[in-house]
Amino acid sequence: MRTADLLGKFLQIGLGLAVFAAIIGLILFFIDKAPKRGRDYWQLVGFLAPAMIFLVIGLVYPALRTSVLAFQTNNGDWTFDNFVWAFTQPAALRTLLNTVIWVAIVPLFSTAVGLAYAVFIDKSRGERYYKVILFMPIAISFVGAGIIWRFVYEYRSAGRDQIGLLNALVVAAGGDPVQWLQTDPLNTFLLIVVMIWIQTGFAMVLLSAAIKGVPTEQLEAAQLDGTNPWQRFWNVTVPGIRGSLVVVLTTISIATLKVFDIVRTMTAGNFNTSVVANEMFTQAFRASEVGRGSALALILFLLVAPIVIYNVNVLRKQREIR
Amino acid sequence: MSIAPADLPIGKDGDSFQEAAEGATSASPEVVGTKAARVKKRLTSRTATIVSLIIAILWTIPTFGLLVSSFRPAELVRNTGWWTIFENPGFTLDNYADVLFSTSSSAPQLGAFIINSIAIALVGTVIPLVLATMAAYAFAWIKFPGSNVLFIIVFALQIVPLQMALVPLLQFFSTFLRPIQVWIHDVIPIIPEQNYLPVWLAHSMFALPLAIFLLHNFISEIPNDIIEAARVDGATHSQIFLRVILPLATPAIASFAIFQFIWVWNDLLVALIFSGGTADVAPLTQRLAEMVGSRGQEWERLTAGAFISMLIPLAVFFGLQRYFVRGLLAGSTKG
Repeated sequence: MRTADLLGKFLQIGLGLAVFAAIIGLILFFIDKAPKRGRDYWQLVGFLAPAMIFLVIGLVYPALRTSVLAFQTNNGDWTFDNFVWAFTQPAALRTLLNTVIWVAIVPLFSTAVGLAYAVFIDKSRGERYYKVILFMPIAISFVGAGIIWRFVYEYRSAGRDQIGLLNALVVAAGGDPVQWLQTDPLNTFLLIVVMIWIQTGFAMVLLSAAIKGVPTEQLEAAQLDGTNPWQRFWNVTVPGIRGSLVVVLTTISIATLKVFDIVRTMTAGNFNTSVVANEMFTQAFRASEVGRGSALALILFLLVAPIVIYNVNVLRKQREIR
Repeated sequence: MSIAPADLPIGKDGDSFQEAAEGATSASPEVVGTKAARVKKRLTSRTATIVSLIIAILWTIPTFGLLVSSFRPAELVRNTGWWTIFENPGFTLDNYADVLFSTSSSAPQLGAFIINSIAIALVGTVIPLVLATMAAYAFAWIKFPGSNVLFIIVFALQIVPLQMALVPLLQFFSTFLRPIQVWIHDVIPIIPEQNYLPVWLAHSMFALPLAIFLLHNFISEIPNDIIEAARVDGATHSQIFLRVILPLATPAIASFAIFQFIWVWNDLLVALIFSGGTADVAPLTQRLAEMVGSRGQEWERLTAGAFISMLIPLAVFFGLQRYFVRGLLAGSTKG
């Protein structure tokens, strides 16, 4: 990297921030100086408009446009072919099936392990450090996680020293090394492991906080009634954290539906491991099949929608109470 | 990482969450002291400790293996397992030097990409946070008809997966933003035509729904009296925003800033679409993904590169962990 390049980059950062600060400063300045009549109106516009413009350009308009593109050929003629393709071609069907498998497994596993861990370490010595260990993958990018796990799954032909941990264990147990990431359908599950590895910490932190919100009196009362720990967990703790459980499950489900980087980094969607989010990218930006890509994006939208609508309803109720 | 929102206000609960998240070891004295707690401990401790130890080890080993490998000489990384480090000792910083500083054309030359990542994550955090704080203030403290409906629409925009926005936004950018980028390059030639602008804007746009929602929850909890007092003193909305809201909302803003920074730093999808993939703009994640694709067997480089990419988010994570956790919990419910 030459010094000039470096200078150019810092110049961009500085300039970008300066221009942005100037715009915001001007907005705040002018709404203060607006004529008395209609000042309220201008103030509202000043505060709200920048974000709203961004949202319309970045999300509202694109979402509508993608919905239209999904029903068009590359030449702009109306068609259903993109959806026919998505629901009939074996490769596309496999993508849909994989996505379903991902969403069925990741949230359940992450939440279950995260919950068990949160309960086990609750009030134990060094709880904080235990938490950090499990939570750390959250800070690692999916690409980084992909590399970490590709290394675990690395394959060397039989007879050579294995450098991938998993194959080393298999060989030590007397087996033959396996090309994990190329073995269908095992590879999909091995990719899922990576997502579980990342999301479990998230589930653990949220559920741990919720567990601490369960009143101690209830647990003690249950204990006086002669219940064992398992009964107390199942009949007192779990009902007490139901809200958090739902939140964790829905959040991880949404994240899983949109997962892209892991598949991209580890197999690039080859060997029957592709998922909707990855295939969408491949179709729209690699194969120039914008219609197909858009159809897949629309399908993804329809999959996410019920989960978010549920959350919107909860939110509406909360605001009505207020 | 993509964390969708949930449905509970932050506000004062933030503090108790924080304590819960970080200081659980020091469970309040009366709890530890009671007989119930002692009994609970005796019953659950042994199996629980073993199981949680196993989980903790399982979760650490993959990263640990990568870390160890990144310090081993290329020859050893490629031919022996990292767990044999004591039989096949060797320690070197060459891998890091190679991926960072080597100027040979076949080297990853990560230096430039690190600067890109910093540039993207820094501005990609500042812009949405400022805009979201302003919008959140408007939703919380400026009364206007349709406020509720508009707020719920903003929240509901979470429903739009990034994937849906990509194609049209890219077309929009190439029509309207491209001329501006070319103009900037003409005026200030040192800034390349392929500049950060689209990536910054895309990240800002995509972050807004969640940011507005979370910050609104916090800002609307600020006591009415404080705002009212400022108004009586003749403060305008801009003044209230700058002098009252910003200082009071700093914890919430900080925790979301950390969150957004790590998110943007770790992003691959937005970068792939909007950066153009050159050393002018592309972030570290994109370069790493490329390396995996083209040199998936050069483990000495991949391990070092991966660790470099983790360095900043992990530093942010360990340094500001309590705020980070708090930001996370802000999006969740207590139960």
